[in-house]
Amino acid sequence: MSTSRSKPGILRQSRWNPYAVGAAIGVLSWVVFALVDKPLGVTTSLTGLAGACAVPVLGAETIASNDYFKAHAFKWDYGMVFLGGIALGGFLSSLLAGTFRAEAVPSVWRERFGGSVLKRMSAAFVGGILAMYGARLADGCTSGNGISGSLQLAVGGWTFFLTLFAVGVITAALLFGTRRSSNS
Amino acid sequence: MDLFAAVSAPVSGSSALIASLVFGAIFGVLLHRGGVAHYNTIVNQFRFLDFTVLKIMMTAILVGGLGVLALHSAGLANYHIKAANMLGVTVGAAIFGVGMVVYGYCPGTAIAAAASGSLHALVGLVGLLVGGTLYALSFPWVAQHVLPVGALGKVRLPDVTGVPALVWFAVLLGIAAVVFFLVERAERRTRAAAAPVGVR
Repeated sequence: MSTSRSKPGILRQSRWNPYAVGAAIGVLSWVVFALVDKPLGVTTSLTGLAGACAVPVLGAETIASNDYFKAHAFKWDYGMVFLGGIALGGFLSSLLAGTFRAEAVPSVWRERFGGSVLKRMSAAFVGGILAMYGARLADGCTSGNGISGSLQLAVGGWTFFLTLFAVGVITAALLFGTRRSSNS
Repeated sequence: MDLFAAVSAPVSGSSALIASLVFGAIFGVLLHRGGVAHYNTIVNQFRFLDFTVLKIMMTAILVGGLGVLALHSAGLANYHIKAANMLGVTVGAAIFGVGMVVYGYCPGTAIAAAASGSLHALVGLVGLLVGGTLYALSFPWVAQHVLPVGALGKVRLPDVTGVPALVWFAVLLGIAAVVFFLVERAERRTRAAAAPVGVR
């Protein structure tokens, strides 16, 4: 929120140039490919966490005998620690920028669907289920397929990226209409 | 572990874990400062009201792709290509697309958003875990009936088209340059038309 004051330092600016951010993610992927021999990804490790969290609900035996959970057993490996790092980074970044605040209903949602917290939480929950199911079926999400796959020119990565974008546009048109009258 | 790994990772063991925490934190900071750890930014991309997501993704793909191509050519990195099971990827991406718009986040940005105070991102993270569990439970059926359909293997665009990687990147760079030139021009006009109301 710098209206009349001079530009704040880079650590306190709440938004960075998107091209610079994209380029930095690109450079980060060089480093990760070269140093730890892994692509950037999120949902593969999240599967292990899902299995660990499902133990009290489904029973240890169901989880242990499931082929998919067997192949994605929970462990504090590279990918899992990476997820912890994302949380740490998001937390520190918002503290430094002074933008950390509890948000239950974002403005664009509120404008279209109202201020009901229950409604927004239900949608987030259902949307989360769909996003993860789809990501696992496609073997990667926006990070693993969309960025890491596409940057290696993987056929699966580009198929994922283009399909996700097309379906997302249709979904947004159905949910929000096509009139261009929203705030930013 | 890549079966055909030609290059062994210089960083492994416990130092790799520390490195991964640092890399994850950098990724989290970039997602947050990039503005994509916000519901509004993601949803408005799919409404063509905000192009932040595409700007970040395309730049990451171009910069990352050219660098990884160079590293691979120099024998300094391995590719990690996922199998292109075309039915699974297409249906999965479609379900993901619906989920991403309804949730307003993708899994990585959701973690950064929840850590920066978004309570609905946090609730959606529970949804992600449920979705992963549902997939695991359906996996025996999916593995038999969906994944084998259109299974092309771990292929890259140069493999299936015969067009070299550098040409692909030149074409992508051209498309990105035109798209972002038009987007920046449209955004300048919008900014000029509407009085600035400050940062969201």
